[in-house]
Formats: sequence, structure tokens, C-alpha cells
Amino acid sequence: MLKVKNLNVYYGNIHAIKDVSIEVNEGEIVSLIGANGAGKTTTLQTISGLLKARSGEIEFLGHDLIKTEPHKILQLGVAQVPEGRRVFAELSVKENLQLGAYTIKDTAENIKEDRKMVYKRFPRLQERKKQLAGTLSGGEQQMLAMGRALMSRPKILLLDEPSMGLSPLLVKEIFEIIKEVNKSGVTVLLVEQNAKMALSISDRAYVLETGKIAMEGNAKELMQDEAIKKAYLGA
Amino acid sequence: MFNNILEQLINGLRTGSIYALIALGYTMVYGIAKMINFAHGDIIMVGAYALYVAIVLLHLPVIPAIIFTCVVCSVLGILIERIAYKPLRNAPRLAVLITAIGVSYFLQSASLLIFKATPIPFQSIINIQSINIGGVTISGITIVTLVVTTISMIALTLFINKTKAGSAMRAVSEDMGAAQLVGINVNRTITLTFAIGSFLAAVAGILYICQYQSLKPTMGALPGIKAFVAAVLGGIGSIPGAMLGGIILGIIESLSKAFISTELSDAIVFSVLVIVLLVKPSGFLGKKKNEKV
Repeated sequence: MLKVKNLNVYYGNIHAIKDVSIEVNEGEIVSLIGANGAGKTTTLQTISGLLKARSGEIEFLGHDLIKTEPHKILQLGVAQVPEGRRVFAELSVKENLQLGAYTIKDTAENIKEDRKMVYKRFPRLQERKKQLAGTLSGGEQQMLAMGRALMSRPKILLLDEPSMGLSPLLVKEIFEIIKEVNKSGVTVLLVEQNAKMALSISDRAYVLETGKIAMEGNAKELMQDEAIKKAYLGA
Repeated sequence: MFNNILEQLINGLRTGSIYALIALGYTMVYGIAKMINFAHGDIIMVGAYALYVAIVLLHLPVIPAIIFTCVVCSVLGILIERIAYKPLRNAPRLAVLITAIGVSYFLQSASLLIFKATPIPFQSIINIQSINIGGVTISGITIVTLVVTTISMIALTLFINKTKAGSAMRAVSEDMGAAQLVGINVNRTITLTFAIGSFLAAVAGILYICQYQSLKPTMGALPGIKAFVAAVLGGIGSIPGAMLGGIILGIIESLSKAFISTELSDAIVFSVLVIVLLVKPSGFLGKKKNEKV
């Protein structure tokens, strides 16, 4: 479904992503784990078109994403929940969700149905729909950012550090929701520092180290790998 | 004495609401594109000349002439953005600022070439009788100015808060990257912002020229810079701030002209800016923003 081939991204002279190749198949949850600064966010930003690659290919359902503008990439079905949520703090919860459906060409009625689905998945958002997004707690903002992305009816969801800054209980809740979203037919590419959580819900995973893919494979097998255990699972 | 103060307040409200209309253009462009469009004041001048061309040279009736003026300015705003600013989207801010000053000089020089330096007298298109309420005289132009600016501000506020394009503008202004991630076409939003800002400048230009009744190529500079002060005073980036800043500035200017000194009024206006910025650097309604590292 999503194929990244030999991707190279630079920040000025800094070679941030080195020949990275990733593949995500339809229906999977694939995670990209690695330490801070390994290039995980850069990879996602490049897929979404916010950063430009110097070389390499990104293909999604037969479309070349390299030269596609960010808003068109979203329209193709690639939605991202960015690192740090980045909800629109000065807009209400409802307005944030409404903007999530910005590219949807459908009746207001059907978009409202989509919104109801999001509220069903995140009941706390419904309680706070009139509140400004900036006044929500970290967990609620994460839910809103996910809800906003779901409003665009994505085929694949790119999640960047959904666990960041959340309590262990909330992290569990968020990961349960990611599993549910995936079961409802949305493919997931998950970027996480919390490797244990990420691997536990993933089908496959890639380990990114200083801009390069250091290891890849079945998530369950990676969890048993001694090197991974030592470096990322705190065992 | 009391009536005199009241009349000066109303005069201030009139000038101030024109500043407010212009300030809205500065503040919206700043909010969305994070740049100060120093050519914005010259859009007023272009609007005034466009109205002159429509009325005096083309003999158009008033309403088509006004529409003509607004279209000319909006298109000009879009063209300026496309030609001069868009190629600099990722350039250092200083480059954009200098370009804006360059565009300002370009517009002034172009109108100097076409219309020459001699001021052209212009008959106001607003012919409404002044009214007298309890001994206070309010001129026709004042009434029209207040009505038009109030309608413009209400319409703009509704547009920003109630429409899809308006919420896209608010989203881009808050976080351009996140706006792109929800599928907002940032370039189109910026174009729309310039079009609206220039449209408001055209309206301001029409009202301004009906008040001062004389055209010259540099006429946009002073209202432009004062409206910029108003936008900063209100908190640059804030729409209600620009409205408030403009009106406060107009009233201060009018009162100091009437009761202190005509020559010193501009000095007083700019001193107020210095004082406000010392006390509250973000302006009246501006938000304190922590720069992201």
C-alpha cells in the first residue's frame, strides 16, 4: 500500500534520513521505533509532503507522493496525527473536527455522521465539543488529533508519538483505540519511542538508528531479540 | 465645550474606523503569512486613483465605480503576493520585508509616472446632508464611513468565524504545518487573505479620498503607517485588536489635533505606540507567543 524506497532527506547539510526503505501493507499496523533523533518524525513528515526528499521514492496506492503537495497527499488517503498533537488551540473541539473534514466533498449531513462516529469513539470529545482545544488535557488533545485525522476518511493513518507525555493508563487507552481504528479498516504506520507498547500492537516493525534502518521484521520476533530488548525494551 | 469634545470624538471615530479597515489588512496578512506587507498603504492610493479613473475619466456611475475600485485593488493584492512574496515563502523574513518596501516604492513610482506629481482634486462621491443631534453636527461622510466600516467589520468577523474558508484561515494562522496536514491549501488561503485585505483597503481608500478630496502618489504612506501602528497597538495578528487599535488611534489623533496641537498630533500618536509597547509589548489584544525552537 505504502512503499518508501531509498529515501534520503537532508536538513541543510545534515543527512537526516539515509536510504530508508519501508513498506506497509493494507490492514497492517507497522511501527517505526528508535531513539530520539533517529529520524522517525522526519520520515513521517516526508511521507506527508511537509519535508522534501533529496532522493528516493514514496509510492502510495500507485501514486507518487514525492512531488505531491501536502493537501493532495491527504486527499489520497494519507492522514497524519503529528507529534505533539498540534490541535488548533484557539478553535473549538467541534471546529477542529470540522477542519479534519476540510477536503471531504460530501453533504453536511454525512460529515455530521462522521463526527458522531468520532464522538462515539472518543466520548470525552463530545462532552467538550464547545471547548477550545487549547484547554483540553494532553490525553484529550491526542484524542482530538486522532479524531481530526479520522474525519478525513483516511486509508492509512500515520501516528507520531501518540504516547508522548501521557500517563501509562492513558497510553493503554490510546493504544486500544489505535487497535480498534485498525480493525475498522484503517492501515496504521506508528512512530514510537515507547517500543514495548508499539511492538505489542504491531504486525511488523522497523528499527531506525541515526537515520538508517538497523533492523526490521515481525513485531513478536523483534520483541524477543536480545539486542532490541537491551536497547529499547529496558530489559 | 462638551459638544465640542463629542464632535471631536465622532471625528476620531470616523478617521479611526478608516485606520481600522486598513489595519485589518496588515493584521490578517501578518497572522497568515507572518510578514508585514508594507505595500498595503499604497493599495489605498491605488484605490483612490482607481475611483478617480472610474468616475472622472470613464464617467461610470457611483456603484459600478466602487465595484471597479474594489476589484482593481483585490486583483492587485493577489498579483503582488503571487509575483513578489510567493517566491520568498522560505526566504529569511528580512528579505520579504525589504521586498515589501520595494513593492511600495514601485506602486508609488508607477502612479507618479501615470498621474504625475501634481495633486489632483477629487469631488467626494458621498453627497449626504449632515445631521444635527442635540447641537452636535455629524457630517454625511462621517455617517457613511461609520456605517460602511461597521458593516465591513461585522461581515469580516462572520466570515472568519462562521465559514469553512474562515476557519481554514484561522487554522493556517495558528499552525501552518498542521493546517497542511488537514488538507488546507496554504497558498490558496494566503491568496484569499491578500484579496480580502486589499478589498478592505479599497473601501478605506474610497472613504479616505471622499474625506480629503485630493490625490497624489504618496497619499497612501501616512494612513498606511498609522494603520500599521494601529495594528501593532491592538496586537498584530488579532482581528478585534486591529479594529480596536484603529479606533483608539483615530480618537487620540482627533483629540490631540483639537485640544493640544495639530503639528504635534502625529508625534503624540507615535508616542502612544512607544508607551503601549513598553507596557504591553504584545499590544492590547495580542497574545504572548513563545517562539518555538
